[in-house]
Amino acid sequence: MLRDIHYEKPPCKRIADTDRDCFFESGLEYNTPARGMWNIVHSGFLLPEAHEIFCCAQGCLRGVILTAAEMFELERMSWISVSEEDMFDGSIETDVIEGVTEIIGKLKKRPPVVLLYLSCIHLFAGVDFEAIINELHERFPDIWFSDCYMTPTMRTTVSPVTKMAAQLYDALKPMPLDKKSVNIIGNDRATDEDSELVKTIRKAGFTLRDITLCKTFEEYLDMAQSSLNITYIPTALLAGDTLESRFGARHLYLPNSFVYDTIEENHRLLCEALGMDKTDISEEKAAAEKALSAAKKVIGDTSVAVDFTAVTRPFEFAELLLSHGFNVKYVIADGAGEETAAFDRLKAAYPDLEIYAAANVNMLNMRYEPHEKVLAVGQKAAYYFATDNFVNIILNGGHYGYSGIKKLAELMTDAYENKKDRKRVISLKGFGCASCLA
Amino acid sequence: MKNVSRIIPCYSADTAGVCSALYELGGMVVTHDASGCNSTYATHDEPRWYDMQSKMYISALTELDAIMGNDEKLISDVVSAAADQKPEFIAVCGSPMPMMTGVDFDAIAAEIEARSGIPTFGLHTNGTRSYIEGASEAFDYIVKQYVRECEKSDGIGVNIIGMTPLDFKWKGTMEAMKKWLADSGLEYISCLAMGSSLDEIKRAAAARVDLVVSSMGLSAAKFMQERFGIPYVCGVPTGQAFSGHLAEALRAAAEGKTADVLSVRSGGKDAVIIGEGIGSVSLSAALWLDEGISSSVICPLPTGEGILQSGDLALSAEEDIEAALERLSPKKVYADPLYKYILPEKADLIPTPHFAFSGRCFIR
Repeated sequence: MLRDIHYEKPPCKRIADTDRDCFFESGLEYNTPARGMWNIVHSGFLLPEAHEIFCCAQGCLRGVILTAAEMFELERMSWISVSEEDMFDGSIETDVIEGVTEIIGKLKKRPPVVLLYLSCIHLFAGVDFEAIINELHERFPDIWFSDCYMTPTMRTTVSPVTKMAAQLYDALKPMPLDKKSVNIIGNDRATDEDSELVKTIRKAGFTLRDITLCKTFEEYLDMAQSSLNITYIPTALLAGDTLESRFGARHLYLPNSFVYDTIEENHRLLCEALGMDKTDISEEKAAAEKALSAAKKVIGDTSVAVDFTAVTRPFEFAELLLSHGFNVKYVIADGAGEETAAFDRLKAAYPDLEIYAAANVNMLNMRYEPHEKVLAVGQKAAYYFATDNFVNIILNGGHYGYSGIKKLAELMTDAYENKKDRKRVISLKGFGCASCLA
Repeated sequence: MKNVSRIIPCYSADTAGVCSALYELGGMVVTHDASGCNSTYATHDEPRWYDMQSKMYISALTELDAIMGNDEKLISDVVSAAADQKPEFIAVCGSPMPMMTGVDFDAIAAEIEARSGIPTFGLHTNGTRSYIEGASEAFDYIVKQYVRECEKSDGIGVNIIGMTPLDFKWKGTMEAMKKWLADSGLEYISCLAMGSSLDEIKRAAAARVDLVVSSMGLSAAKFMQERFGIPYVCGVPTGQAFSGHLAEALRAAAEGKTADVLSVRSGGKDAVIIGEGIGSVSLSAALWLDEGISSSVICPLPTGEGILQSGDLALSAEEDIEAALERLSPKKVYADPLYKYILPEKADLIPTPHFAFSGRCFIR
């Protein structure tokens, strides 16, 4: 096993030997063929009728253009390539302005909004993005230009995904707030209609809006009416905070937790924000327990691996499963993030739980390692543990709260009983998006 | 503007060319970049990624390391990874951010080699050029570093130079090439670099002639001509008649005779071919010889002197290619299907998917 090899930079550790503030030493990184996680191109296309324009080097352009091509959306994307000379000849802003102007002139249909992406090298060169946006607004007063960022070098500050989640709502204009309207913000898929979150909002008579449900730009603009913005994944926090500061709509973060106390507290906060007494969700809790019990009977002592791309709180999910008798042996994660408490509890209670680095240089060899049959939760876990029995979701898959736990238990049962075509399934880019490879 | 595209994709970049060229040779390739170069390459430029393991990594450059010029982190991370992974060689190449900060890859390579004891070289990519340039530099290094004089083949030994999945189908191409060589009475020596190990390539000087199948291989072939006296012929065996001509040209070149096979074609307006230079010109010749179809080539990529002929066009901008197609008004256009967006209405598209252009879009 990898854990027995004395690498200079070991890719796995017992949780007992893992520092919660620094799981693994940084180094060269390997890229798995698991492609389900969304990128900024997928997210941008959530904005109805938007046109994306990327301005960057050819190497960077390639990835974003083919993301669009694979999902049959090339007609919604254009690009401006940047050469070495462009960065040093003083034309950095005018190149962007004139390039965008030319592209808009060639589009068959005028978009209501353009998402304009600049890259790391623009920021490094000190580009005046504000001047670019202002000039474009002057030239095209009928189009809203949002400044967007393809800046993967920003690894330790604001990630491109987090920034993109915020900029998706940049085109909203202030509207009178409607006290009976709620947004769910920052997700790449709709939340389950049968989740207690959505059911509670709807039963209370609120209008629920979500960019993933918007079919037109007009519907999108109506999101500015909502007086409450709910987020539940970490990358959505900036979006919620930004909307609160822009429109005064309250931001309520209800993290997608697998700890029952947190789920109950989230529900209490939701009811309070909706101006109602806390409703009873004991039936949902019982259903989750029942589903976990049923899943355990089927899955038995089969080893389970959980990865951070499948659920935003992998340690809480592992803890939940372990507390219900599942044999969770592996977690793929590079940090504890906002679930340090769960990490500490696991460290104390299950010191032999193994933690694997998601991109460590020596994970290259992982899938050839001999090991027992593994049920994987997530694409990276499926790839690394070379199993066709895996739950194929990313970022909780739209599942939330007790109903989400029930759904995940059912998905685990299904994954245990039915193999998937691993290579084909995990190769699809942007889980849930249209794909020429599907 | 020449750097603007309304709709068609761009070709693979120089970093992808480096990785594609070196993928099967047992080395470790490190692109100094945050993350995008490797995920783009692994997803859209490399069909071998899932099925064939290779030590292709990124440095995981952060904003702080970029601004502070922390080369030591790159060096120590590479040395550490090399100790764990034990590669045959190490290649370090650049992306757009190192271009901005002026990273000296030759100096970094020298330092890595000194510390690791493993042959290391720097490649001067920056993510703004095409895969042809990146792969060309990588192939050039491999032949200079590893190919040595050796006993010549008994028969007419042939190296295939400039082949990667960016221009050729990964599965099936080499089998077909070897069969064609054998059927033509020629002896396969090595392929730079698809289907050959580094050990096979080290013996490439056993060949009596090189077959350059893409512009990626031109520089390496010229070096082998100068160093080992091995002549080269450009062309891709396509169609019956042209493949025969190509085999004859290889035989003639091996005997020291002139062998300009690419001029066996008729430039004309029946058809336009868009794509990599040597492959497109070969297709043009094949169409003429087998079917009497005259064609000209639009080459959006760098190619060597003498490949394109009168009537062919070296154009890379979307607006230029669109205007040329409108002007030429061909009945047929042989091109990657994603060129469909800029074809004249009356032109029939004959799809010739090109991985370096449309990636995985048409692999099913």
